[in-house]
Amino acid sequence: MADSQTAGALGQQISIRRAVFDDLDRVTALDARVTGLAKPDYWQDIFDRYATRRLDERFFLVAESPADTAADATPKLLGFIIGEVRGWEFGSEPCGWVFAFSVEPETRLLGIGERLFDDISARFRAAGIRTMRTMVARDNQLHMAFFRSEGMVAGPYIQLEKSLDD
Amino acid sequence: MQKSSRLAIFALLELASDPERQVSVSEIGEKYGVSSHHLAKVMHTLGRAGLVRSIRGVGGGYSFSGNARRVTLLDVIGLFEDVSPACEPLDLATPAAEKALCQVLAEIDDIAKATLGAITLATMLKNIRRIEQRSAARTTAADDDAATADPRTGPG
Repeated sequence: MADSQTAGALGQQISIRRAVFDDLDRVTALDARVTGLAKPDYWQDIFDRYATRRLDERFFLVAESPADTAADATPKLLGFIIGEVRGWEFGSEPCGWVFAFSVEPETRLLGIGERLFDDISARFRAAGIRTMRTMVARDNQLHMAFFRSEGMVAGPYIQLEKSLDD
Repeated sequence: MQKSSRLAIFALLELASDPERQVSVSEIGEKYGVSSHHLAKVMHTLGRAGLVRSIRGVGGGYSFSGNARRVTLLDVIGLFEDVSPACEPLDLATPAAEKALCQVLAEIDDIAKATLGAITLATMLKNIRRIEQRSAARTTAADDDAATADPRTGPG
């Protein structure tokens, strides 16, 4: 992890763009490293649904290092964020749902997550959306603290569930 | 939330907003309308926790010595009050009604802790800036409206 002095500068050097097919393996690998579970079929399906269709309301974005600062000439994939415009679920007006987000553990605190968050926020705003939502596991302090630091607060809905084993 | 916890959070936010600055207990007390005596006790606890540094002498006071990006509201509250689970583990003989109520209280407790444990002092400072910016924008907009209002069509 970089210190806070270099964090902002490096965060500004990365580029954010839509995911392309060549990113799929790197996204799958990053998710596997972070979650400890490889899900290639899931990510293939996500790519097909969110990176190839209805792109005006679906955003599969990746953060990439600048080529000249990477150890080799190939830019590194440093993180991703995925979201889409969803309307009228649970009676809600259309809003921007972020349902996947990850940053390479080695490069956290460099402002990469913030760049991804800002980019998808701008795309939602450009699509006419005024509210952005996500869901975070209660014990996932890392993501919870990040989204809070970006100004997200508890929304008007409460997630409920029931164990079907009872 | 107890008064000491609230005071501690206010004092830490005041100091963390400018870690180079030294602020006296009376300055903070005046701003939040609390006695210096009560605040001194709070600052002592924060000092023992390594969150503030006391500077003696003329112009002395306290400065922030923690990591604003790491210290959460729950960390601060935990210095002043019991943050252990709302219900102790229950045994088989506990009446079902008590277990059901305990389940509800535990749910509330979990949500409160997840919230307080995810909000750092740095996030609070960002939130304060957002609120201030929003207020300033509203004031400017209201001033602009007043300045451009046509007195011939206005009420009265």
